[in-house]
Amino acid sequence: MSPRRIVRRIGFWFSVVVIVSPAIFVFLWMLSLALKNEIDNTAYPPVFIPNPPTFANFISVFQQNNIGRYLWNSIVVSGGATLIALLIGVPAGYGIARTGAHRFTVLILIARMTPALSYLIPLFAVFQFLRLNNTLTALVITHLVITVPIVVYVMAGHFETLPRELEEAAQIDGAGAWTAFRYVALPLARPGIVVGVILSFIFSWNNFVFGAVLSGRETRTLPVAVYNVLTFEQLAWGPLAAAAIVVTLPVLLLTIFLQKEIVTGMTAGSVKGG
Amino acid sequence: MATVAASASMPAALPRASVVARRRRRFYWFIVPALVVVGAVIVFPWLFTLWMSAFEWKIGGTPHFVGFDNYTGLFTNRRFLEAVVRTFYFTALAVIVPLILGTIAAMIFHREFKYRGILRGVFIMPMMATPVAVALVWTMMFHPQQGVLNYLLSLVGLPPSQWVYSPTLVIPSLVLVEVWHWTPLIMLIVLGGMAALPTEPYESARLDGASEWQLFRYITLPLVAPFLFVAGVIRTIDALKTFDTIYVITSGGPGTASETINLYLYLQAFAFYNIGNASAVVVIFFTIVLALALVLLYLRQKTQWT
Repeated sequence: MSPRRIVRRIGFWFSVVVIVSPAIFVFLWMLSLALKNEIDNTAYPPVFIPNPPTFANFISVFQQNNIGRYLWNSIVVSGGATLIALLIGVPAGYGIARTGAHRFTVLILIARMTPALSYLIPLFAVFQFLRLNNTLTALVITHLVITVPIVVYVMAGHFETLPRELEEAAQIDGAGAWTAFRYVALPLARPGIVVGVILSFIFSWNNFVFGAVLSGRETRTLPVAVYNVLTFEQLAWGPLAAAAIVVTLPVLLLTIFLQKEIVTGMTAGSVKGG
Repeated sequence: MATVAASASMPAALPRASVVARRRRRFYWFIVPALVVVGAVIVFPWLFTLWMSAFEWKIGGTPHFVGFDNYTGLFTNRRFLEAVVRTFYFTALAVIVPLILGTIAAMIFHREFKYRGILRGVFIMPMMATPVAVALVWTMMFHPQQGVLNYLLSLVGLPPSQWVYSPTLVIPSLVLVEVWHWTPLIMLIVLGGMAALPTEPYESARLDGASEWQLFRYITLPLVAPFLFVAGVIRTIDALKTFDTIYVITSGGPGTASETINLYLYLQAFAFYNIGNASAVVVIFFTIVLALALVLLYLRQKTQWT
């Protein structure tokens, strides 16, 4: 290798390090805070490597802040909202792709532009009227605002890429529209469904403001509970970082292991809930 | 069912258009359940908001019809108008910086290199991370006495900063979090555009002795411009709507130095329960988002024609 090429290579790797390090740094710092005791966490200059690492912060958030329960609430809310979105969104995506009803897609794009808070005011009033405030049911219904548009948008795009010939052949053989959908189109749509499930689950999981307004003490979702660790514990950094890891670790693992699906979904639809 | 099967085997029996139309109609049933749900949780709130914006109503009390009073009140409300200006300031920074950095990052990830897959995975992690969790970590990093950011500044010989505790620096500091969070999305969209780039123009331009900068400026940039544009529109919408990060890190403070429209809206609705006034804010806010998106689309059309 010529010296010129070596210099260029070093320059290139330097730029790779520069753009990737902020991401790595923030997550490692979060981990470091979570594994250190409070004395090391507030020391200046900061202690970077936990020595010895302690799990006391994690034990404390699970015991004192009841994080286990809120973890379960989040699984129920995001899981439920994603499931309902699949049941109604996958057929809808198919219908849009086969009828070319793009007015519906425009509706979903406008929904994407509306600030999440604007859904909350009317829904809050309605739930108040129905005495559904502070219930998980109300949260699941509200999270449909996030999950349904994502699933419909991803599925409509996906079904449009599938060839119609197979379904038409099935229909000529006497299959109804539903049978053609259920036994021909649906099995082929699995990659699109995976993308839709991942994105809608993650964006529902990450949502903070719906839970912040609509949930009570027992029905908080994880992001709300994590935020409450901040307000009640007067800047206890270790437990705060530990709680932050509990909420974001599942999502980060999904991002690493399902990178391909996430990249496909985010670039094609560029959907972000809320 | 029988009629369709029959008409499919005898296409001449019916005009083709009506067969297609009839076939299409059956697919509309697939959309109905989603339409009902979207109507209930999305369209109904829109209409309800529009209706409530003409009332003075506090939760628990009885609504009074006030016509356009909520709107005229807002247009003379100094705090609200300042929030609008602040939102534009925040949005401008939170769109332009990620667009530039995201394009640079896309050019890096467009090349083939070792560990590219895993490094790209790491680079996009911020985009998927829970905003509240990330915001809490940044809150701790911004701490003026014990925060790690001031320590990093001291390492390179810079004086400590007040970050989000300073009324003048709070918006740029919050933009820093926003840039960290959303540059990956811009990178992905632009990278998608670069994947479709042809190789021939580069080869012939290189033969003609073009520099790397000229290749970027006269070939890459015009070809990825449509993708940059899409990324810009998406980023503008999201930046206008930013809530979690600001709420968690500053709650609009110090004072009202980081109170954007969304923060003002939250206070009106869920701290003061001024539903009528908050609904009017929503309508104005939504008009701003829609207008900006349409202006951007219009500019895009214009630049395409010339």
